[in-house]
Amino acid sequence: MSISRRRFLQSLALTGLGSVLPSTAGAVARGEELATLLDIGKCIGCGECVAACREANQHKYPNPQKPFPKMYPDRVKVADWSERQDVDDRLTPYNWLYIQYADVTWQGREYELTIPRRCLHCTNPPCANLCPWGAALKQDNGIVRINDTICLGGSKCKSVCPWHIPERQTGVGLYLQLAPSFAGNGVMYKCDRCYDRINKGEVPACITACPENVQTIGPRSEILAMAHELAEKTNGFIYGETENGGTNTLYVSPVPFEEIDKVIDKGPGRPGFQPVDNAMAPEDKLLRALIFAPAAGVAAGILHTVRALQQDDHKGDDHAKK
Amino acid sequence: MPRSDRPARMVRHMYHLVVFGLAFTGFAQMPIFKRYYLADVPGFAWTADYYLNHRIHYLLAALLLAFFTYVIIVYATVWRSRWQITRCGLFSLGLWSGIVVTGIMRVMKNQPGMHFSPTTTMWVDWLHLGLVLVLGMVSGIMALGRRKILIPRS
Repeated sequence: MSISRRRFLQSLALTGLGSVLPSTAGAVARGEELATLLDIGKCIGCGECVAACREANQHKYPNPQKPFPKMYPDRVKVADWSERQDVDDRLTPYNWLYIQYADVTWQGREYELTIPRRCLHCTNPPCANLCPWGAALKQDNGIVRINDTICLGGSKCKSVCPWHIPERQTGVGLYLQLAPSFAGNGVMYKCDRCYDRINKGEVPACITACPENVQTIGPRSEILAMAHELAEKTNGFIYGETENGGTNTLYVSPVPFEEIDKVIDKGPGRPGFQPVDNAMAPEDKLLRALIFAPAAGVAAGILHTVRALQQDDHKGDDHAKK
Repeated sequence: MPRSDRPARMVRHMYHLVVFGLAFTGFAQMPIFKRYYLADVPGFAWTADYYLNHRIHYLLAALLLAFFTYVIIVYATVWRSRWQITRCGLFSLGLWSGIVVTGIMRVMKNQPGMHFSPTTTMWVDWLHLGLVLVLGMVSGIMALGRRKILIPRS
């Protein structure tokens, strides 16, 4: 994917210094993943990023057909956000970014933190690895997104996501053309880090709109170094470096994330800041079994062959004696 | 597989068990077992655990790979002189080859740092599932028609 360096530099001029690292275009051309750094200490919770996200991604939002197909069995519930498109205090199919509030006391000081929340774009995303249909995908530039033309809305991506980020809208998508009453239930939606803007050499809308330069985008290695530098300078804490094996969204906060996790409003559409082990780590270990298996089969096959040849020899000897 | 060969018969039963397990855990990757109440049956809640089924699928795939390499070696060295592969058997082998190759590609794709294009990944997923469905049908037809994979050389 080619990205015009000039376009990125134009974006950088628009967004202000610090929001786009100059090496970004070159990194994408080299196939390096992009990551974003969110300096929570800078966020004032103005909601400009939320509004910009809605405006930039309006054309991707679902336009469901009603009435919805009757679902069998009855236990399968429809998920309809089309009448509640204005909801902006949680993630929905029509709201891919929201502001989370955390009033927390840490080391005797009170903090009123506002935190932009969206998909973290994992470096090894379980949603993309485990989607049985290839609808959830990871691009070379680190963007994790859902192909709304083939997603069947089974919600597996949400189940396997440690933060349960994707949200379903019923009555839209490929399942309507297949067996709408018996398989599928719509399409899953979440932040796609404005992949179409990135493709055009532009910067994600939430970054461009932020008046406080809360977010910075750039090559992951540099963003990680920046996060460490910032955390060291502010005695802060990092989230996203190791969580779920690493994400391409790094938060730096003046307060430990365990403390934030205790006070934020969590639940459906409202992810936490809990510790997250690498969900795909056991699969990485099982790879050894898959590599070893053919060798074991070859060894067993050779043993079988040797025994069979020995038995033939014995039979030959017996015949000779007779 | 020669019926007179006692260890081979045991391996055949193991093969059927492994293939059943692979098909089951493979279909468990789709969100159907909870939707269609199987996970509600006492003792079957695990069928709706995507991660658990994915890991069992990996383990069973390792067993299948070991089985296939074992059979290839033994057929090439011992059985080939007495047994020949039927056309149905060759067709099944072709389907299995596709399933194994797409399975290996999916495992590779799941490794951290490994990049496959989204389109390639989608086709790998669809081919893997499609070939399994075709193999299931072919195996069913072969069982009904009492067709064998190997027959004695005349």
